[in-house]
Amino acid sequence: MGMTMTQKILAAAAGLPEVEAGQLIEAKLDLVLGNDITSPVAIKEMDKMKVKGVFDKDKIALVPDHFVPNKDIKSAEHCKCVREFARRNEITNYFEVGEMGIEHALLPEKGLTVAGDVIIGADSHTCTYGALGAFSTGVGSTDMAAGMATGKAWFKVPGAIRFNLVGKPSKWVSGKDVILHIIGMIGVDGALYRSMEFTGEGIHNLSMDDRFTIANMAIEAGGKNGIFPVDDIAEAYMKEHSSRSYRIFTADEDAEYDEEYTIDLSTLKPTVAFPHLPENTHTIDEIREPIAIDQVVIGSCTNGRLDDLRIAAEVLSGRRVAKGVRCIVIPATQAIYLQAMEEGLLKTFIEAGAVVSTPTCGPCLGGYMGVLAEGERCVSTTNRNFVGRMGHVKSEVYLASPAVAAASAVLGRIACPCQLPEA
Amino acid sequence: MNAKGSVFKYGDNVDTDVIIPARYLNSSDPGELAVHCMEDIDKDFIKKVKPGDIIVAEKNFGCGSSREHAPIAIKAAGVSCVIAETFARIFYRNSINIGLPIIECPQAAKGIDAGDEVEVDFDSGIIYDRTKGTQFQGQPFPEFMQKIIAEGGLINYINSQE
Repeated sequence: MGMTMTQKILAAAAGLPEVEAGQLIEAKLDLVLGNDITSPVAIKEMDKMKVKGVFDKDKIALVPDHFVPNKDIKSAEHCKCVREFARRNEITNYFEVGEMGIEHALLPEKGLTVAGDVIIGADSHTCTYGALGAFSTGVGSTDMAAGMATGKAWFKVPGAIRFNLVGKPSKWVSGKDVILHIIGMIGVDGALYRSMEFTGEGIHNLSMDDRFTIANMAIEAGGKNGIFPVDDIAEAYMKEHSSRSYRIFTADEDAEYDEEYTIDLSTLKPTVAFPHLPENTHTIDEIREPIAIDQVVIGSCTNGRLDDLRIAAEVLSGRRVAKGVRCIVIPATQAIYLQAMEEGLLKTFIEAGAVVSTPTCGPCLGGYMGVLAEGERCVSTTNRNFVGRMGHVKSEVYLASPAVAAASAVLGRIACPCQLPEA
Repeated sequence: MNAKGSVFKYGDNVDTDVIIPARYLNSSDPGELAVHCMEDIDKDFIKKVKPGDIIVAEKNFGCGSSREHAPIAIKAAGVSCVIAETFARIFYRNSINIGLPIIECPQAAKGIDAGDEVEVDFDSGIIYDRTKGTQFQGQPFPEFMQKIIAEGGLINYINSQE
């Protein structure tokens, strides 16, 4: 029986000729990741283990990014715990403030994630690296601890859903709209325990940044991982960013999928997920009554990359953020920040009346740098709009693309750039 | 191994942000986390919960973030078992790894109401609603996970392998 891309990667990492859905395997890990929230719990667990030290100091990445630069004393203590652990174990890939970025934007940029890798991270959006043809999935702190100590993890081999992407997205449609459309279609548990495998000629019309966004939100459909085939765009990205060799796995012709969907990208419209679930999607043209907003966030591991900032700047250029709206732009890494500065994007943001922050997950999870008060409403390029996610239990988050977020900032209500008057 | 207690009942898609809001993740102390357990979905939960009580929910319990703080908070609040129609996969893994028993059982998730007195036998997977006199067969753990649970979590399991 044929195997999916994910199954092939897992079989190779488990040293098995083949695997099938439902099989329990133990796989070798190429990278184990943690952040400032999850690593301290993992470090505590590691202290209980008989095995001392880490399996490979080059294959662990520690990225304090959630409440960093430290938002309060307790966060500072967590970061200190991670920093000291990294120093004690001579962890190569520990990223201090100044080098740090949002983990899922940073690691591919640093060349630490390549095709064929098996990666676990104590952060649910670890599934992002599937954009490069890696198997990567989110786990908790105990799995992270076990992974750091042994270099191995157990997995139940997932079945898969295939999404056959065809056509080319129109001007204001991005990877965010593709994945919100899919989550709206299959629901927040539509891919529970399974792989989301994206295939089809339409993929060539999606930039790497689009693909990172799509793979990133596989977890929002309950998926174990999201994965793309490796094409020339993915190979060019890896060659530019990494010196590591990569291994390309392709799905067998007779691979079995639980479900298959074909999505014509040319028919998609800018899509917004209403509170309080990512599956509550509406296309922009379905929004009849104006929805006034208080805040816009453009950033996060989902949409804080260069393409995202470029499109937001294109929309904001020569325009102003509406009176009474706060617009917060957060480049996801230092390199993105620098490039955005060189391209004049930051100038555009500031002239439009937005603020620009150092890389941090900050407001996405209601940490800091844009927490909402009771009754406030935010259009955000982040990934979750659960109750209380960005602050007060009675605040609201609408998930959207950078283009929609920027247009909404200008008009003070949820809007598409196509609804803006000429700048 | 058994669990016995009265039931707190919730619906679909109870996410980890409402189980333990991120504003409290600047702590990793189980006791501190427990104080805020379920705060954004059920303010009175922590006032009412007694040691041994059971959470019953519908689809996709524990969706969202990978924070292990969520099952840690539930366990530290005294909850002895979570029963749901389905669980989000990272939450499922995390619960097993920290030794919080959780059972998938769609019939029990539908048939049990808030306040019911429920008993769970982990060896057989049988869930007994004493209030209603009804019984459900929960999905037993795969053998691999039984070993992890028998050792009291993943870390002990790994320690026992060395």
